[in-house]
Amino acid sequence: MSQATESDVTEDGVIESVSGPVVKAVDLDARMNDVVYVGHEGLMGEVIEIEGNLTTIQVYEETSGVSPGEPVESTGSPLSVDLGPGMLDTIYDGVQRPLDVLEEKMGSAFLDRGVDSPGIDLERTWEFTPEVEEGDEVSRGDVVGTVPETESIDHKVMVPPDALEDDETAEVVSIESGNFTVTETVAELDNGEEVTMRQEWPVREQRPTKNKYTPRTPLVSGQRILDGLFPIAKGGTAAIPGPFGSGKTVTQQSLAKFSDADIVVYIGCGERGNEMTEVIDDFPELPDPQTGNPLMARTCLIANTSNMPVAARESCIYTGITIAEFYRDMGYDVALMADSTSRWAEAMREISSRLEEMPGEEGYPAYLAARLAQFYERAGYYENMNGTEGSITAIGAVSPPGGDFSEPVTQNTLRIVKTFWALDADLAERRHFPAINWNESYSLYRDQLDDWFVDNVADDWPELRQWAIDVLDEEDELQEIVQLVGKDALPEDQQLTLEVARYLREAYLQQNGLDEVDRYSPPEKTYRILQGIKSFNDEAFEALDAGVPVEEIQSVEAAPRLNRIGTTPDDEADEFVSDIEESLAEQLRELY
Amino acid sequence: MKEYKTITEISGPLVFAEVDEPVGYDEIVEIETPDGTTKRGQVLETSDGLVAIQVFEGTTGINRDASVKFIGETLQMPVTEDLLGRVLDGSGRPIDDGPDIVPEERRPIVGEAINPYSREYPEEFIQTGVSGIDGMNTLVRGQKLPIFSSSGLPHNDLALQIARQATVPEEEEGDEEGGSEFAVIFGAMGITAEEANEFMEDFERTGALERSVVFMNLADDPAVERTVTPRLALTTAEYLAFDKGYHVLVILTDMTNYCEALREIGAAREEVPGRRGYPGYMYTNLATIYERAGRIKGEEGSITQIPILTMPSNDITHPIPDLTGYITEGQIIVDPDLNSKGVEPPINVLPSLSRLMDDGIGEGLTRGDHGDVSDQLYAAYAEGEDLRDLVNIVGREALSERDNKFLDFAERFEREFVEQGFDANRDIEETLDVGWDLLSMLPKQALNRIGEEYIEEYYQEDEAEAVTADD
Ligand SMILES: Nc1ncnc2c1ncn2[C@@H]1O[C@H](COP(=O)(O)OP(=O)(O)OP(=O)(O)O)[C@@H](O)[C@H]1O
Ligand SMILES: [Mg+2]
Repeated sequence: MSQATESDVTEDGVIESVSGPVVKAVDLDARMNDVVYVGHEGLMGEVIEIEGNLTTIQVYEETSGVSPGEPVESTGSPLSVDLGPGMLDTIYDGVQRPLDVLEEKMGSAFLDRGVDSPGIDLERTWEFTPEVEEGDEVSRGDVVGTVPETESIDHKVMVPPDALEDDETAEVVSIESGNFTVTETVAELDNGEEVTMRQEWPVREQRPTKNKYTPRTPLVSGQRILDGLFPIAKGGTAAIPGPFGSGKTVTQQSLAKFSDADIVVYIGCGERGNEMTEVIDDFPELPDPQTGNPLMARTCLIANTSNMPVAARESCIYTGITIAEFYRDMGYDVALMADSTSRWAEAMREISSRLEEMPGEEGYPAYLAARLAQFYERAGYYENMNGTEGSITAIGAVSPPGGDFSEPVTQNTLRIVKTFWALDADLAERRHFPAINWNESYSLYRDQLDDWFVDNVADDWPELRQWAIDVLDEEDELQEIVQLVGKDALPEDQQLTLEVARYLREAYLQQNGLDEVDRYSPPEKTYRILQGIKSFNDEAFEALDAGVPVEEIQSVEAAPRLNRIGTTPDDEADEFVSDIEESLAEQLRELY
Repeated sequence: MKEYKTITEISGPLVFAEVDEPVGYDEIVEIETPDGTTKRGQVLETSDGLVAIQVFEGTTGINRDASVKFIGETLQMPVTEDLLGRVLDGSGRPIDDGPDIVPEERRPIVGEAINPYSREYPEEFIQTGVSGIDGMNTLVRGQKLPIFSSSGLPHNDLALQIARQATVPEEEEGDEEGGSEFAVIFGAMGITAEEANEFMEDFERTGALERSVVFMNLADDPAVERTVTPRLALTTAEYLAFDKGYHVLVILTDMTNYCEALREIGAAREEVPGRRGYPGYMYTNLATIYERAGRIKGEEGSITQIPILTMPSNDITHPIPDLTGYITEGQIIVDPDLNSKGVEPPINVLPSLSRLMDDGIGEGLTRGDHGDVSDQLYAAYAEGEDLRDLVNIVGREALSERDNKFLDFAERFEREFVEQGFDANRDIEETLDVGWDLLSMLPKQALNRIGEEYIEEYYQEDEAEAVTADD
């Protein structure tokens, strides 16, 4: 997090009471949302309520042992993050303290209290290459130069939004290439403004942009059921609700690994420590399918696990989205995953109840819906201040109690997001993964993204998808009858439809997130698998029309090989499908 | 250390007292009742002039004349390797007539969170000898894998079986010296004396007690004490694992009683209750227990947790199992129907899950076909299970030959794979071989989750024919 220097610290207050993460102080001269240091150990906190002389603070660290009478100091500035090169390939806690630095400073694997650290390394130098020249006019947000942040990403150094008024320009009076730390001036403007690589930004405030557009490009996820049936746009919003163990985290991680975003911000909000460790272990090893570079080179991780202080869990979402906005400002497509937004909502609830606020539905504060909406509103496809286009795609996991979607967090989220990937315990139990229920899920972006798929993958992408949806719908209806009378009681054509639907489920919708090949399915392969199943469908129905009994069609040898396309390497998949198609035609035609 | 006689209110497990000097949040309090007994408690809320105290041993006997003493520190657990072999009460005091415990160190029981950056991802296969676990929901070192059960089911037998049989196969073969030692920490919360005896007898019979530390809070012990028992147990576990290099298995039972105690305190504080009356912060609170498991980079030892909980009305959506499942790395479900069928252990594998399984199994760890076999067994058992409902309506004759095979499969899966008794110790080879015996009764083409090379190697052709011939 952004660090206040000693001299910023102003008036002292005195602790009046302590109850878990909520501390009240008297005589503190601070504004709403100011960062304060609490007690002798200087625990970091934020002002969340002011009533007369009494200031309420949420503390981002454990408060055991803190007592009334201890001092509180205000920094006079709101909770902010440090923005600049070095955020990628880094793991932060909920208030942007780098976890590796904390480990070093604390000298222990356990998180101690009262240790602070800047969000970006103030000492490290970066190689700066100017993009403008002396004498050029720049306005706010304009890129003055770049530094190679990681092997995948060039970090753009921008004129801070608060350096100039909107529409105001300034002349660059000096700029030079060379190695600089993030606090050294890389460019000077004629209004006296000194541009450095580091910007500070209050996390609860959206960074300014010029325009917000309707998104028309998909965030290609490499997940068949998503790209194929429920695609999300770059700049779109999605919710993944589901009971425990249904696959929210695996889905989010798959998106973080394989989606064609430039930058990934992954927020582990109130979830497991080991899941973050897994990401830290895997991402430096795994190649980004777009660039071939390690995934970590485009990733920023924020980990405030379930046992870390609850107030920092409340703030981690804001820390994450502010970092995402900064990369969007540079013109990048950012994908942000929040796992889980329910834990964030619960953190709000916990703080709210300690404040004895009037509880709304199920004890959540009345402002729950507003906060959720504000968060997802910061996503979108934007025209930036500097004229570039960038996007933030926000994907939130939701963990409804008892897996019941009627609860407030799920419901309020669904009112905002445009993509709904409903996870289903029943599918997960039978190890149908991803356990996304195709009857309940939807994407409101589907139609506006069709053009892209038609232009880039196949002309009949929408038609083929519709065919698959129709078959699955029909299966759903037929299953109800089967539950009553058994499959054999159905007419033969319906039995065959069930067989086709089974291949749709097993060969197309199912995708093994843990298989080295299957975990990522490029759109061409996704399309080709569907084509293969359609070929089976067409050949099989022809055979049926020619009088071949359905049992014989079902036992045709080539058909089960459809299930193996997923695990066939991408460059062999096309040939493999052609091969199946040929064998199918041959074997089925032999029957009549 | 100041003493007060300023109690203003007593309400359920809570005592409120006036103070004229600041008292720290979470600090330990000693309350002496007029008849001379001392009770311990903890500061729940502190403000200028007034503190709220939760009393571990219950407030019976406390009145306005009781004296209140603030110790000036938070609750600590005295730790030493000498704790191994000892039996303590739910507050950490010895109850086994053994010698005094001379601590090497005293540690605050509110453990600090492990820095996620410092964790090491758990991936070392623990063989429990139970097929329903090893084959289908593999446990690894450093995992937290609870048993979800119901009253009257043999979850204790299963936990004991795991504690008895758990080994790491590689180490067994390798040099004994190199590997770390194994220790068991048993934290009982509100279990009956009879259950406690069951555990103690087994520990004594097998000699496990010597390498165990037992914390006992029984059903007739104070409920509020249950909120500290697991933290004492885990503080001890962390010391043994990360200071002394032990591989520690922590069994906590029954987490349901722990949660009831939380609810009781919440109600006494007149908090706004969350779902079904449990506190809104129960998720966070449980996380500060369950997350104290794992491995740390550069450390020898590990903490593996097997918490046991009984699901009220066998309802998995009840807040206790629900919030637990959202924190732990899977769950093993003990099922009443299988139990009444006589399946021992009655593990229902379908809703069970081990999230850390995938990295702990496969070539070089267990066996190359392990993942595929387990996936296929799941899919086939689920299919067979579905057909059971249908067969009740339409009868077996109305089902296709394929369906009938899946029905038979489900039956045999329960009888031969899951069922093994509480004394049998199957190694992973044996578990997988039983799996193949069963899979081989299905047609080859139906094995769509298994790599062709494994079908080639393990599928038993004659098995399938034999079954067909029977029909
Ligand atoms: N696409 C997938 N492919 C293979 N296995 C999967 C897939 N999705 C989920 N799984 C399996 O399901 C398990 C649980 O998934 P995951 O951890 O994502 O659940 P979750 O919904 O995040 O649960 P929680 O709410 O408790 O965090 C995984 O450990 C994995 O075994
Ligand atoms: Mg998850």
